[in-house]
Amino acid sequence: MDRTTIDLWVGIFVALGFAALLGLAMKVGNLTSSKIGATYSVTAAFENVGSLKPNAPVKSAGVVVGRVESIVFNSADYEAVVTIKIDKRYAFPADTFANIYTAGLLGEQYVGLEAGGDEVVLKNGDKIAKTQDAIVLEKMISQFLFSKASETDAKSEAKATAPSAVTNELKGGKSTEIGDVAF
Amino acid sequence: MTQSNLLASIANELRGIGHRMIERTWRLGVGARLFALAIIYSGESFKRFHLTLREIYFTGVMSLLIIVVSAFFVGMVLALQGYNTLQKYGSSEAIGVLVALALVRELGPVVTALLFAGRAGTAITAEIGLMKATEQLSAMEMMAVNPIARVIAPRFWAGVISMPILASIFSMVGILGGYLVAVPLIGVDDGAFWSQMQANVDFRLDIVNGLIKSFVFGVACTMIALFEGFDAPPTAEGVSRATTRTVVISSLTVLALDFVLTSFMMVV
Amino acid sequence: MTANIVEIDHLSFGYKGRLLHQGINMVFPRGKVVAIMGGSGSGKTTLLRLIGGQIKPSKGEVRVTGEVVHKQDRDGIYKLRRKMGMLFQHGALFTDLSVFDNVAFPMRELTDLPESMIKDLVLMKLNAVGLRGAHQFMPTELSGGMARRVALARAIALDPEIIMYDEPFAGLDPISMGVICGLIRSLNDALGATSIIVSHDVKETFLIADYVYFVADGVVAAEGTPNDLMQSTLPFVHQFVHGEKDGPVPFHYPAAHYQSELLLEQVV
Repeated sequence: MDRTTIDLWVGIFVALGFAALLGLAMKVGNLTSSKIGATYSVTAAFENVGSLKPNAPVKSAGVVVGRVESIVFNSADYEAVVTIKIDKRYAFPADTFANIYTAGLLGEQYVGLEAGGDEVVLKNGDKIAKTQDAIVLEKMISQFLFSKASETDAKSEAKATAPSAVTNELKGGKSTEIGDVAF
Repeated sequence: MTQSNLLASIANELRGIGHRMIERTWRLGVGARLFALAIIYSGESFKRFHLTLREIYFTGVMSLLIIVVSAFFVGMVLALQGYNTLQKYGSSEAIGVLVALALVRELGPVVTALLFAGRAGTAITAEIGLMKATEQLSAMEMMAVNPIARVIAPRFWAGVISMPILASIFSMVGILGGYLVAVPLIGVDDGAFWSQMQANVDFRLDIVNGLIKSFVFGVACTMIALFEGFDAPPTAEGVSRATTRTVVISSLTVLALDFVLTSFMMVV
Repeated sequence: MTANIVEIDHLSFGYKGRLLHQGINMVFPRGKVVAIMGGSGSGKTTLLRLIGGQIKPSKGEVRVTGEVVHKQDRDGIYKLRRKMGMLFQHGALFTDLSVFDNVAFPMRELTDLPESMIKDLVLMKLNAVGLRGAHQFMPTELSGGMARRVALARAIALDPEIIMYDEPFAGLDPISMGVICGLIRSLNDALGATSIIVSHDVKETFLIADYVYFVADGVVAAEGTPNDLMQSTLPFVHQFVHGEKDGPVPFHYPAAHYQSELLLEQVV
């Protein structure tokens, strides 16, 4: 096997490797859409962040516009302070809502931004005033049962419909923390 | 068996275990020394790159066939088995995610390393062992040519370069195999297959970590193969035992390293 | 310019608690063919390794061109080795290179000669051993005798001052033996080199050697010209030189009394 043939085959080999890596990066992974651009940080305080984790996506209108950078506990007012990095291309009004939603029935939690109408936009270091916590399933169910029980006691079906009403609520509602209930 | 005989045989066993442990630790030290020397004398592997190129041909290119065929079948089986379970939960469109993540994170690096140890590792061990047995390495030494720089180091770098390339090819071909089973064969939606995959496979966390794993496995498998060949007794039996040891030790090391690396890389 | 190109001075060498050599003294004058002979396991090949710096003596010195071998650093040893050429027992040709590339190996590795010059030199060396027409063969395609001759061409590739032969006649047919025998002498005289032959082939060695050292029990048991040794009355030398079945080296390995082992009745 002379030198030039070996060189050719090794060249083909390395080219195949690069092609595979490129294929993995583009088609399989999300390199094309991953953000490598500049970002600005804002904070938002929640009473309950549920299972939100750092690096969770921040979406607006369903499109990823940023990432959760960090979540710390503020012992002054017993709240969770979430720092999010938003892509510099997108500006949000100062009265934007920050909510914690769940992606799909069993999915991970993410931060959803709903734009308000303010003309002033959020700048680096600003704090989002309007927040909505993650919905905790137990609280919702106990609230619901409490409200149902306080209706006419004569209705014996109240207990029978409670489970189906709960499932209706689940299907129609935005998000719930199901994990603890299911198990 | 009398009391004293029993005690004596237990003592002998313990002595044997201690002796074997010391032997193994000593061998590990010798192996580490060879590793250090291979790195130190690597200059020539790059200045005269055709030496390394030749070895890349024999370890990497010659392994392509087994890697591609295995990857294809692994990907197809993953798709079949995965579909079987996923469709019970109505999540059959997640099949792409399952195949891709399983391959890119784990099966790509690990199975490639195991196949590499079996095919290229044994070839390296046998070659070096035979060179030692027929005094070729001694002859090189006597000709004032450093055998570590000329023989060991180029093979080391060839293995380290080949392994991530082979692992990437394995993952890609496996995913294609999974695609062929999932979309044309089973009927999962083409767009859903790729889009779900793209949404859930992260380049940095999954693909790059897989590459790091395959790089580490490359270092381990190649070094083990080189050491076993270099240290083999210069007889036919010695060389054949050394090739077996290469496969066994490489496989165990790869699986253990996989656990260690995965636990480091897990972002909880 | 010392008269003796290699000197072994009160050398002791041993390992694993056993002394192989106990106080050996030898000198190798320039331009001569000197033979080291002795029974198997008497440490003859080890002496060549000690001269080449592959192992270090426990006591005493080996001096090559006046320099103490084991006191040299890596560069120093490589410089000394460039003056040496060695023919290994079964040739030790590099099996992945052709005959031409094998002979060209020392030139390519240790010199900066252009390829055209190397080509001429290789063909000249091959011509000297009579194998210029075989330069394109691979070592596995050669007979034992031819392989040995190619190895000889490789050993003299850089016109060394010292040529060492490790059992050059072992396993050869009579014709090849005659060829090698003649080549050792003629090359030595043509190059003005010093040849050190380790052998136990009395007939061939005595034909070409100027001086012979006999090694037994870790010391030089006898020395002299081949003529002196042929007429020696020392029992060991006599047994060796004339190939006698029994003598100082006994026929029977030590064993228990024959009759008692066969469980025969002792005849009183």
